[in-house]
Amino acid sequence: MYEEDDGFQGGVVKRFMYVNRRAPYGTIYALECLEMVLIAAAFDQDVSVVFIDDGVYQLKKGQDTKGINMKNFSPTFRALEGYEVEKLYVEKESLEARGLTVDDLVVPVEVLSSDELRQVMAAQDVVLGS
Amino acid sequence: MKFGILINEGPFQHQASDTAYQFAKAAIEKGHEIFRVFFYHDGVNNSNRLSEPQSDDRNLVKLWSQLAEEHDLDLVVCVAAALRRGIKDELLAPGFHISGLGQLIEAGIEADRLVVFGD
Repeated sequence: MYEEDDGFQGGVVKRFMYVNRRAPYGTIYALECLEMVLIAAAFDQDVSVVFIDDGVYQLKKGQDTKGINMKNFSPTFRALEGYEVEKLYVEKESLEARGLTVDDLVVPVEVLSSDELRQVMAAQDVVLGS
Repeated sequence: MKFGILINEGPFQHQASDTAYQFAKAAIEKGHEIFRVFFYHDGVNNSNRLSEPQSDDRNLVKLWSQLAEEHDLDLVVCVAAALRRGIKDELLAPGFHISGLGQLIEAGIEADRLVVFGD
């Protein structure tokens, strides 16, 4: 389907940021966004993932999805490190508004204020969200 | 400028694909290049040639096909998103083809701007 060798596009590396704004279940956005993240990493791009608004719930520990007959995909976030996706940002305001702290999350993240996040976003080449 | 376009919604529930179409048309008219249009999430439904809107409604599937034919646009439908929604080769309107998410990443790398249309 596509090339995956290191020489793809002459080794151009761009900063790709994925913005997750939605709860993990209820819509398919979160799951399919994660699929996009994994592909960008396979192309050796400089990938970061942001969680804001209800998107922070995607990282919540202890998800039990048996009752809604959906696959719990939160363990995949723990595998991102193996794909060299290590830049995970969570917006401070979103976390606090939901009564969560970093101890409630399945992976280590960097917590940034809305203003700090704005600056990180402005430094990206490609910002994808859904 | 060289644009990549990502469309994340289908032709009816949301306006995203309409807006993307108008954007693409305007960009081409102004002399810009559209490197690729990539359809993801429910956006893959924009490629379904069996879609039959009522006669007084715009037909986005046809509009995309026409724009692709007139300007040699590369309309790529994500294979993973398409398969789970039953979109297969035999269902594709003219000008669309199915390929991998790598085509989206390539658009992000090659285009000067990747513009996302979604909810």
